[in-house]
Amino acid sequence: MSHAKRRSMFDRKIVRRASVDALLKLSPKVMMKNPVMFVVEIGSVLTTVLLILNLTTRRGHFQFDLQITLWLWFTVLFANFAEAMAEGRGKAQADALRQAKSETTAFRVGKNGIEQIASSQLRSGDVVQVSAGQMIPGDGEVIEGIASVDESAITGESAPVIREAGGDRSAVTGGTRVLSDVITIRITSNPGETFLDRMIALVEGAERQKTPNEIALNILLAGLTIIFLLAVVTLQPFAIYSAAPQTVFVLVSLLVCLIPTTIGGLLSAIGIAGMDRLVQHNVLATSGRAVEAAGDVNTLLLDKTGTITIGNRQASEFVPAPGVKAEVLADAAQLSSLADETPEGRSIVVLAKEKYNLRGRELGQMHAEFVPFSATTRMSGIEVEGRSIRKGAVDAIARYLQEHSSQMPAEVREAVETIARSGGTPLVVAENGKALGVIHLKDVVKGGMRERFEQLRAMGIRTVMITGDNPLTAAAIAREAGVDDFLAEAKPKDKMDLIKREQAEGKLVAMTGDGTNDAPALAQADVGVAMNSGTQAAKEAGNMVDLDSNPTKLIEIVAIGKQLLMTRGALTTFSIANDVAKYFAIIPAMFAGFFPVLNALNIMHLHNAESAILSAIIFNAVIIIALIPLALRGVSYRPMSAAALLQRNLLVYGLGGIIVPFAGIKLIDIVIVAMHLA
Amino acid sequence: MSLNGWLQIVVFFAAVLLFTKPLGVYMARVFQKQRTRLDIIFGPCERLLYRLTGVNPDEEMSWGVYATAMLVFSAATLVLTYLVERLQHVLPLNPQHLPGVASDLALNTAISFTTNTNWQSYVPESTMSYLTQMLGLATHNFWSAAVGLALAIAFIRGIARREMKTLGNFWVDLTRGTLWVLLPLSALFAMVLVSQGVVQNLKPYDTVKLVEPQAVTGTDGKQTTVTTQTIAQGPVASQEAIKMLGTNGGGFFNANSAHPFENPTPLSNFLQMLAIFLIPAALTATLGQMVGSPKHGWAVFAAMALLCFVAVLTCYWAEAHGNPLLHGVDQHVSALHSGGNMEGKEVRFGIANSALFATVTTDASCGAVNSMHDSFTPLGGMVPMVNILLGEVVFGGVGAGMYGMLVFVIVAVFIAGLMVGRTPEYLGKKIEAYDVQLSMLYVLIFPLLILGFAAVTVLMPRLGLSGLANHGPHGLSEILYAYTSATGNNGSAFAGLNANTHWYNYTLGIAMFFGRFMMIIPMLAIAGNLAGKKIVPASSGTFPVTTPLFTILLTAVIVIVGALTFFPALSLSPILEHLLLGAGQTF
Repeated sequence: MSHAKRRSMFDRKIVRRASVDALLKLSPKVMMKNPVMFVVEIGSVLTTVLLILNLTTRRGHFQFDLQITLWLWFTVLFANFAEAMAEGRGKAQADALRQAKSETTAFRVGKNGIEQIASSQLRSGDVVQVSAGQMIPGDGEVIEGIASVDESAITGESAPVIREAGGDRSAVTGGTRVLSDVITIRITSNPGETFLDRMIALVEGAERQKTPNEIALNILLAGLTIIFLLAVVTLQPFAIYSAAPQTVFVLVSLLVCLIPTTIGGLLSAIGIAGMDRLVQHNVLATSGRAVEAAGDVNTLLLDKTGTITIGNRQASEFVPAPGVKAEVLADAAQLSSLADETPEGRSIVVLAKEKYNLRGRELGQMHAEFVPFSATTRMSGIEVEGRSIRKGAVDAIARYLQEHSSQMPAEVREAVETIARSGGTPLVVAENGKALGVIHLKDVVKGGMRERFEQLRAMGIRTVMITGDNPLTAAAIAREAGVDDFLAEAKPKDKMDLIKREQAEGKLVAMTGDGTNDAPALAQADVGVAMNSGTQAAKEAGNMVDLDSNPTKLIEIVAIGKQLLMTRGALTTFSIANDVAKYFAIIPAMFAGFFPVLNALNIMHLHNAESAILSAIIFNAVIIIALIPLALRGVSYRPMSAAALLQRNLLVYGLGGIIVPFAGIKLIDIVIVAMHLA
Repeated sequence: MSLNGWLQIVVFFAAVLLFTKPLGVYMARVFQKQRTRLDIIFGPCERLLYRLTGVNPDEEMSWGVYATAMLVFSAATLVLTYLVERLQHVLPLNPQHLPGVASDLALNTAISFTTNTNWQSYVPESTMSYLTQMLGLATHNFWSAAVGLALAIAFIRGIARREMKTLGNFWVDLTRGTLWVLLPLSALFAMVLVSQGVVQNLKPYDTVKLVEPQAVTGTDGKQTTVTTQTIAQGPVASQEAIKMLGTNGGGFFNANSAHPFENPTPLSNFLQMLAIFLIPAALTATLGQMVGSPKHGWAVFAAMALLCFVAVLTCYWAEAHGNPLLHGVDQHVSALHSGGNMEGKEVRFGIANSALFATVTTDASCGAVNSMHDSFTPLGGMVPMVNILLGEVVFGGVGAGMYGMLVFVIVAVFIAGLMVGRTPEYLGKKIEAYDVQLSMLYVLIFPLLILGFAAVTVLMPRLGLSGLANHGPHGLSEILYAYTSATGNNGSAFAGLNANTHWYNYTLGIAMFFGRFMMIIPMLAIAGNLAGKKIVPASSGTFPVTTPLFTILLTAVIVIVGALTFFPALSLSPILEHLLLGAGQTF
């Protein structure tokens, strides 16, 4: 989807398609969903019928009545065009995605060996084999093997990614291509329900439902429309009483100018464009509701590793316990890490080699038995040649020592604290129930994180760093990164508890996650962003998927959510503020013919009654077109406090909304008078 | 305009400001059942009342139950007043032997006083007996104000409470509001009024010999010489106090607060205006206190004060400039006369105090008058009308002004709140579709009744227009004002319109009834819904409701919504009249 980013706002193809769609959308069935524009459509039909009737009876002022009728239709069409434009951009993206969805052959692993079937015949639960060069036939989970996969069809990222059985990188997406090796995949979705299908439906806006805030705003706009309808309908009796009756054309013009057509016409375009912006950031949201919620987030839970700090910690130092030689510690540390394929484990092997010239040994001949890391013991280690080596967090090792009726030497504890306070991660090594010393793992905070957290703080969002580190280490990194709070020694349940605690206080929580054990928390969070590289369970639990698997993107997602809401608010305010000028154009035009003194209200000095009304209705229609780019792009947003934002936006869209139409209407008046249209 | 006039206006605002916090905090204590100094006196009365009526004061009510209790109470007292009016000729305390009141007028009056409107289609001193005035009308002055107060408190609770289904107990709020707030203040104020010369007796009317007999022509064309004058009497001070404090406005006499027995001195006039704003202004402090944000209370107060000040300024300016048609007449203020347009104004109050009174009485839904709004200049007369058209939220009626303002706050927060990039929230409560729907319903009913009835009326020459004293734009103003005043539960009249006809009595009655209760129901539903919500803790990302910017925003929303709704109608009435007056045409 990288090509999506390059597409210009008014792509010719999209504009052409949108123009046709704008006409198709005139169907009352479609229009009824938008009460404001529906009223305009009814008004247009009314004036059209009247225009034809007047033509046969030779009444009315044809040139003026015709222009009013045409501009009323234009108002409806412009609003439809705005929506079609927003949808068109999504449709273009969907077309690109469909190409990836071409039919492929799947190699299903059945009871009688491998059989070839069409990918469209695959059902959830089937097992398929995919080898290098083949297209993955459907969404699934790698159950055997490891392979590099080209996912550029959905992420736009050309660098291949690794997908392997087990762990948090097991999910594969249909339509992506295996570049090397062979993997066995268990299919997890039925045809038509795949990730790609969902994505296409999403960007096309086919499944788009109105979001809660959009519904509320629609009600407000419908309410305002009824109020203005009342004001206009009752004006005729007052006008009759005053012996100054008005034509239907003028009354409909007044009504259409007053009802909030600007926001009414652009509202759904804003919503579609918001989703579209998210897609352009390579994030898929399952619902617009999640995008709105992102704007409201109070608390951001960020995993330390990979989000706040650069990927992985590196071993930097061995601190031996009293009476233990550094070489002994390094040797034990290296032994215990040989089978540890984590980057930290590898860095320990490397450090021991570099500092003490200890070569990595071949484990095959050593009859070694590995003790893998588990979330409950929080230790890993090795049983080899009568040696029992363990390494882990200080409290885990302390417990292990206690089981062997031994104790952690005070010096080791001191070393642990010194390392933790400096922001490093201490890893204690013990052998046969005796502490040997500490490995210093260093954490490196990503550049620019502090500034981003400051921006978030200005927006009123609290950041909480989640880490498995001990509290001291966590505090040091939290301080260095500038987060507001941290959750140390976090187990999946702690994360869940924290989310629930925050939510009980009325806060909205956002988090990212990729592992299966993140799934419950992702589901509980108001905004749960799953990494595309993560497990299927995580992707299903969250309400967004980040195709780039970049946890920092949460910050952008929040900004997009806020921008969406701000755009709605700004255009609503603008739309209502516009009415002031329109009154000053239309009211004197309506009645000055009967009461010349009312020309005093014609403060714009519009040329005559007809030019005034026409200018107002033209401005009202044209402003919709003029604001399409703003609606699609969203109002500019820089992180700042709500008070500052409000002040800025009220000035631009509130005060601006009062002033702009005065200038606009006057300008149009000059033009149409020059063109002898009124 | 004179320095003296300005000084009086400034002193008035300062006095309102002075009482806002102490009374507001006191009311918050009263309604939260906290200890007050008056507990010794009213505590036993309260307990006795509950025991007699079987009310369980600890029972909490959902919004529906609260609304039902309020409706039952209002209906019962409405019927009581109707019966007293109809039967006053057989009831005691009727020294003038006034007959029973006609059914349409009795109904109109009963609705009028139940809804805190106090629209009077009749001349009180020649229509209502002392018993009717005291038992039928003065009681409503207390009750309708106490109901309004209770409703405002219920709404504030809705904002302040979190994840609760209830809004308090209507009977408790009604009782405590009456005993702790209205009764002591009225008693005190009545004494002060008596000291200024307001009468308080149950005597038959006095008849006095005229110093200078007057020759008058009767309706039959015969000339008679009048030698005596009847001077109405009655328990005025006691009713006058609550008439102001409860923002009721129904005069004991037809001349209302222009009558020397109701409002004899400049001091009594000043205190009456202060009494109108006293409770509505203090409610802003109560709001701040109960929601835990006194600053928010002040921000709302500031919006009200700002709107009020601009209105006074406009009205005073328009009236002080006098009538442009009176060329060559000195209309400047001088030591000898007050200058400006003095038609329909009392000389003992002058221009500034008449303009201020007209603004105050229509900002609040009081409706008492010390001058005749019909005789104001077109722009000066438009000020009271616009005040009511804005929804009477500029301090507003006792309670009604507060909850009306809070609905506007919700609309303002919703429109502009989005611009801070969050779904709108008010003091931590998210404003969602349901709240917006009910707020819009609340906002919509008001123009529906006013414009709807006025539009129908102007199209009916026989029923609607025959009662008009003036035609042209001024006549339209008179009709618009009547329905505005009724729907807004104000009760002041533009005069010039004979409203004691079947058409006006019934339609104005309906306008008053729906203008009160059809707006209360959605309002309480919003409160009930808000009470059940969580409170999102405030942060720097939260929409600020304590800043001057919020005050400006709120003011702008009120003015723009009001102006956009009524500008077309106003442009054919006072605005047109003003412009025509400048061109030398009168009506």
